[in-house]
Amino acid sequence: MASIFRRRRNRATQTERVRERQHEGFLRYAGFRWAKISGALGLIVIVSYALIDVTPRHNGGSWYGYTLGTIGALLILWLTALGYRKRKMTSDYWSLKAWTSAHVYLGLSLIVIGTWHTGFQLGWNVHTLAWALMMLVILSGLYGVVVYATLPQALSNNRDQMTQMQMLEAIRAFDRQLHSAAQPLSPADTAPVLASLDENPFAGGIGARLSGRYPRCATAAALSALAASHGSAPEAREKVVGLLRQKQAALARLRAHLRIRALLEIWLYVHVPLTFALIAALSAHIISVFFYW
Amino acid sequence: MSEAVKVAIIGSGPAGLSAASRAGQLGMSHVLLEKTDHLSDTIFKYQKGKRVLATPERLDLRSDCRFAEGAREFILGNWDEDAANNKVNVAYHADVVEVTGQKGDFAIKTAKGDVYRAENIVLAIGTQGNPNRLRCEGFDLPHIIYQVDDPEDFKDKHITVVGSGDAGIENALGVAEEALENTVTILNRSKDFARAKAKNVSDMMDAGENGLLSIRTETQPKKVEPGWLMLETPDGEEKIPCDVIVARLGSVAPRGFVESMGIEFTGPDREAFPKLSPTFESTVPGIFVIGALAGYPLIKHCMNQGYDVVEFINGNTSLTPADEKDLAAIFAGLPQQKSVSEWLDYLRERVRIFADVSPLQMREFMLDSKVAFYRKGEVVFEKGEPGSSLFAIADGHAEVEVGPDITVPIEQGSIFGEVGLISGRKRGATIRAGADAIFVEVSRTAALKLMAAVPGAKRVINRISLERQLLQIFKGGLTVEDLAPVVDEAEVIRVPAGKVVIQEGDAGDDVYVIRSGSMVVEKDIGGKPIFLRYLPAGSYFGEMAVLNDEPRNATVKAAVGSEVIKLTGAGFKAMLAARPQVRAATEAAVAERAQMNSFIESRKASYSSAVDLYSDTASFIMKEGLGEATDALLIDENLCVGCDNCEKACADSHEGLSRLDREAGKTFAHLHVPTSCRHCEHPHCMADCPPNVIHRGPDGEVFMEPGCIGCGNCMRNCPYGVIRMEAAPPPKPGLLSWLLLGKGPGPGEPSPKWTKKQLGDEKPKKIAVKCDMCKGLAGGPACVRACPTGAAIRVSPEEFLSIARLDEATD
Repeated sequence: MASIFRRRRNRATQTERVRERQHEGFLRYAGFRWAKISGALGLIVIVSYALIDVTPRHNGGSWYGYTLGTIGALLILWLTALGYRKRKMTSDYWSLKAWTSAHVYLGLSLIVIGTWHTGFQLGWNVHTLAWALMMLVILSGLYGVVVYATLPQALSNNRDQMTQMQMLEAIRAFDRQLHSAAQPLSPADTAPVLASLDENPFAGGIGARLSGRYPRCATAAALSALAASHGSAPEAREKVVGLLRQKQAALARLRAHLRIRALLEIWLYVHVPLTFALIAALSAHIISVFFYW
Repeated sequence: MSEAVKVAIIGSGPAGLSAASRAGQLGMSHVLLEKTDHLSDTIFKYQKGKRVLATPERLDLRSDCRFAEGAREFILGNWDEDAANNKVNVAYHADVVEVTGQKGDFAIKTAKGDVYRAENIVLAIGTQGNPNRLRCEGFDLPHIIYQVDDPEDFKDKHITVVGSGDAGIENALGVAEEALENTVTILNRSKDFARAKAKNVSDMMDAGENGLLSIRTETQPKKVEPGWLMLETPDGEEKIPCDVIVARLGSVAPRGFVESMGIEFTGPDREAFPKLSPTFESTVPGIFVIGALAGYPLIKHCMNQGYDVVEFINGNTSLTPADEKDLAAIFAGLPQQKSVSEWLDYLRERVRIFADVSPLQMREFMLDSKVAFYRKGEVVFEKGEPGSSLFAIADGHAEVEVGPDITVPIEQGSIFGEVGLISGRKRGATIRAGADAIFVEVSRTAALKLMAAVPGAKRVINRISLERQLLQIFKGGLTVEDLAPVVDEAEVIRVPAGKVVIQEGDAGDDVYVIRSGSMVVEKDIGGKPIFLRYLPAGSYFGEMAVLNDEPRNATVKAAVGSEVIKLTGAGFKAMLAARPQVRAATEAAVAERAQMNSFIESRKASYSSAVDLYSDTASFIMKEGLGEATDALLIDENLCVGCDNCEKACADSHEGLSRLDREAGKTFAHLHVPTSCRHCEHPHCMADCPPNVIHRGPDGEVFMEPGCIGCGNCMRNCPYGVIRMEAAPPPKPGLLSWLLLGKGPGPGEPSPKWTKKQLGDEKPKKIAVKCDMCKGLAGGPACVRACPTGAAIRVSPEEFLSIARLDEATD
């Protein structure tokens, strides 16, 4: 353990800061320090559970059960504090990466601590509700870990050095060009182009945002309508079709960007509310345990 | 022709007005010549309500006119009153075109044809020059402006920009910003935009294609009317609606006019000022130069000089300048008791670099300098400390610690600390006082100004710094005498970014020392240039060929604009022969480099793609200008989830403004260089800061101290676009009240909408905002601390491109 914490002691000072020369992700942080700690924790729990003889049988109400329960409850509160730590920009030395790393691995260790705390006695009551909520929070967190580990690359590849504002600006630029290029078109051909101009790139709802599929996309509709049309002067139409294609490509990039960002964020809308539900259920669980003591 | 006056003052800005007021108070016959119909045209032309600052704060105001920080209207109103109270004799519409005669009888001719006679002339015309006017009917209407201070002052207007140079295009693009909803037209008399930078022209063309502005070539204004503009186009005349005309037709710089009177300047370059005596008298007796033209852009300086110059003309020889008290304070801590002018003479006599400095220049340098007494043995600075100031030895001597228990003395009259001055890097050695001593510490900006203004000082500093740099690089008991043959033949060469200094395979035995900037070393392996090494300032290269008598084995080119010192191979060999220790050390360094080269070559054979990636990454980093960085933010986009917590942390650790833009910037192989300060070795932002508030701090950070006047020079000079001009938003409720009660805008930079709502009609002054590497925060840079996934790190290029990176990639 001493070597595990060596880096922490090498605290940043004003003249000699802790500096990293290479990038190191939160999962690999400090040579998997927190993976090792929480793995050891889980192992201790499993082994001691097997070795310690509690009569009449293992359950949450034994001294051993209380110990695990206390550790688990405190851990849950500490894990929740990440939301505060992340936003509280104090000036002293702390690393959010280290916090995230600990949050992930200690959160996973709760599977063992919480489940072994129950003594595998589950039922239809507030106690099991708390356990189930905890497992759901951990599950949603696992999804978060997976997307954090896999999606950033896709986000980076898709945006190709463009910012979100630039993507929007590109679409607006095509809109302006479309507006003037569509002037010579016949009214029948103008209508789908106008619909494309009126389209809000953010519209489409949560389903479209997450799937990246926009079946009612006005630009795609305008593109197929104009490609099939014979109404206007061919030159003008071709120009508009070309612009619509470019706009379509720009929209595809923006939508892919929004989709990946949504996938990276959506789980927090489950993880965080469930955490509060968990804390509520946990409080009910603890109060009821002491009430019926 | 009017009666001769004692003094004619040309220009009614702060300097000229203050001078005329003093003359009025003294009852001296005078005339104040102003080319427009109002006083102080430069400040008159500021946008409405603009706040004018009164820096430097410590300088006292000595003038018959009032001046304190306030809105433009308030200051101009005060001055109009003061001019009347002081019985200033102003001649408006007096645009001086010619000055003839000599002291006692000058003839000043104006554009209208009037001639004024004066015994003395005070030139206070500033540096703005005269903007060229439109040449068509209605050219004098008030809605024609010659500069755009803030594009946001124009909303929903019809604006026509006349002039197709860079200034015109930049203004047009500024007001054509979509959110401002202006209808912008830019006129060009000819067909193409030959006078503007290619980048500006292409930006303008893009904006034109996107319908943001209309570009009209072969078109010029015919007649200006309120609300309308008649154009002359290839197809005939056309009338367009027009609320504002921005005329950017160039201007006549004042230098030609000043030189036409026979006044000499300190040098041919753009920064040169007229040569002046301590009483502001130019090389033409009877003509005095004050204010911005004399090199003092700050209003308070100008006003003080106006007062002083008239006192001098009036024969007041005992007047001490307003900065006397500040100078006295600088000398106050010294053991000897001398007057300020005695101290100045003492320094000029005893310090080599001050020998050619005029008394007036000396005063100014001393204001930016410190003088201190050191007891024998006292440390002046430690090795590895950051610092860019230059020290001169006025009394006693200094001792440099070159090794354990080895010291080298530096004699009185010489200088030390000049390496930081040239390369901006940390101190290379510890320096102590060798005896009880007096050292002058000159700030980097003051020293650079000194070198630009006084060629003699520049020569001395360059020679000494060259010797010292060589001594530091080639240690092992070398002396200045050993170096003499090398230094005599040494040549300083400027190398633009990307230029090859040594080509692989070429013959040649010159050795190069990097004085400023940095270099990259590449070797052709398997038909592809492979990055071998990054060389920061202070390194040397080309020594292998000298020791081995072989052709160059790698290519060395400049990563950024750099300066190298070229030493001849023969001289270098002679130096090595004189000192076997130096030869051994150099050979060891060569062996180490050769070993690394062969390591990379061997890796290339077995892990070709990894070496290519390492090499391409290095090229990308150099292309992004990180070759001049000392500490840059790099984001690994394999890890970045786009939460922008880095930006929020930045805003919340400072005054609510983020100094970085995570998403913007270039990316290569998922390595992203965001828009964020790199703390350049030679900060471009420092180059032209009128109040001199940009400094390099103890951790190497380039930061701004309070006192920014909001001129925007640093923002324009930064090639990386990392400086914002912004006003700090009002304080917001704390984190807990946001989390629990939903109060305030939450973490990070508040939206402009929220800020606007809090401020109401108040429009706070925008000042420059840049990264200070979280100076003063114990935890270090907040952007890195607040990254949840480890995507953000701050590194120097040499740390990042270490061999460890390649090692890791190929293991």
